[in-house]
Amino acid sequence: MASLTSRALQRRVYSAVSWVLCTFAFALVAFPLFDILAIVFRRGASAISPGLFTQVTNGISGGLLNAIEGTLVLSGGSLLFAVPIGVIAGIYLSEYGHGMFGKVVRFLCDVLTGVPSIVLGYFAYVTMVVELGWQFSALAGAITLAIMIVPYIARFSELELSQIPYSLREAGYALGMKERTVIAHILFPIAWPGILTGILLALAISVGETAPLIYTAGWSNYMWNGHLTKEPIGYLTYVIWSFINQPFASAHALAFAAAFLVVFTVLLINVGARLLVKRRRYFE
Amino acid sequence: MRVRPIRIFVILVASLIPITLAAIFIFLTLYSWPAIQFNGVHFLFGRIWDLGNLYRNPVMVHGTSVPRGANYGILVFIVGTLATSFIALLLSLPISLLVAMFLAEGVPEQFRPALSLVVELLASVPSVVYGLWGYAVLIPFVANFLGPALASVAGFIPFFSGPVGSGYGLLTASLVLAIMTVPIITSTVYSGLIRVPREIKEATFALGATRFEVVRKVMLPSVRKNVIGAVILGLGRALGETMAVLMVSGGALNYLPGTIYSPITTMAAFIVSQLDSALQDPTGMAVHSLAEIALVLLMIAVLVNIVARALTGGQGHIAYG
Repeated sequence: MASLTSRALQRRVYSAVSWVLCTFAFALVAFPLFDILAIVFRRGASAISPGLFTQVTNGISGGLLNAIEGTLVLSGGSLLFAVPIGVIAGIYLSEYGHGMFGKVVRFLCDVLTGVPSIVLGYFAYVTMVVELGWQFSALAGAITLAIMIVPYIARFSELELSQIPYSLREAGYALGMKERTVIAHILFPIAWPGILTGILLALAISVGETAPLIYTAGWSNYMWNGHLTKEPIGYLTYVIWSFINQPFASAHALAFAAAFLVVFTVLLINVGARLLVKRRRYFE
Repeated sequence: MRVRPIRIFVILVASLIPITLAAIFIFLTLYSWPAIQFNGVHFLFGRIWDLGNLYRNPVMVHGTSVPRGANYGILVFIVGTLATSFIALLLSLPISLLVAMFLAEGVPEQFRPALSLVVELLASVPSVVYGLWGYAVLIPFVANFLGPALASVAGFIPFFSGPVGSGYGLLTASLVLAIMTVPIITSTVYSGLIRVPREIKEATFALGATRFEVVRKVMLPSVRKNVIGAVILGLGRALGETMAVLMVSGGALNYLPGTIYSPITTMAAFIVSQLDSALQDPTGMAVHSLAEIALVLLMIAVLVNIVARALTGGQGHIAYG
């Protein structure tokens, strides 16, 4: 490399230094993730006890059974609304949404994902909680979460369905299949792992959501009594937010235990969803 | 033409999405209408948010019944929202660009999935957990280390001068938002970078460019639109972020931040923090005014998102919210 001019040397040094900077930037981004995981797992795991899963919250101590149940009810309930609507909207966007209206729906779908969750929460508060008189309730919370995650499911389903070659649909039509049969028996069997991935990622979002639930689900120290309206319900993320502000060690322990459960669930769902996509690629 | 029931069915279900968005807009407007009439333009430029005297009889002002002395101005929260988002993006943009270039060209292809997983997982951490981390880790760090260091190095600039305070405030909130916007910007720019045609890269290599020059001087400029779109998407996320900001911002009321260490409040965080007090208002004007904040926030967020989607073509970031 004796022939290197000083200009060429300068450029190489500049490039090498820049790559070091890039690596440093990546480390700077990776550090918070690992630190969040480390602190949540360390302080959360030490707060995990059998009582957490058998007792309800009692003031600033006790267990998290009511919150765990509430999170399951709210997230599961939101899927009941969001999955059919989201997947069917995805079918519309992919199969019929090439005209003007399809463009509008697709665009507004993306806009809806950008609406701050607290705005959705306040909308749900003034409509369902106040005007419809449902008060803080499981139904209001679940519908609010559903509004949040429908656009994700719709866009994910669209993406999966639109990747299926058109010739498969034509083959179905050539055999005399109806449109709904093509969708149900040709497109869906191929696309379901991808659609399920979208649903799982949406579930992870709903498990971690807090702000809109404060305005719709409220909070309850007791187990859910099965009433859909007029009965507030607890959830894990509330414990994180509310109990960390209390000046008691037992409250902090509960907050970190709740954070542990939420983060663990969200990570598990995320990694599982990715594995689902990977497995599908191998079998195709 | 024959009417196909399946088509009508899917169109009806799909139209729920635009209908929902319209309903959000319409109902927030209807509900905040008394507040819009009572507050007028003063709402956006007033500094004082005062619920008034809730224990005395309400008074009539311009034909509306409101608590005595009630005054609703959200300038402080608008400034808080813009300041945190602006500082957050100022920090996260350069870092995100470096990370995107690193992932796209700096690492061998077989490490890419594992490294980009780090960025994707960062996007999946719930905001309340960021808040918890901010409370447990970032606040002591800012109060004991970063704040004093900044104040002693850059203290001659008025905005950076001490006292550093408790750690709750503009700086900490911006740092949390910066971390939260990194995955959005990184993944949007990254998905643009890996779509740059191979021929362009090869042509640049053939001219004798180093790998970094290829990604920095050819690939990055060619995805300029993605970068701008990504920043605006990140802005949308930062403007509407609620829980993380609420937990580290210190909740300032009725005064504008003087330094980067001042406590602040954003519009989104304020809505959550005010629910209990607003419900005490027998005239309901406080709750209507909160709805007006939500309406303002909705309009800003929709506008920001429309611009961002138009620039990025709605690609590559649907998994992040």
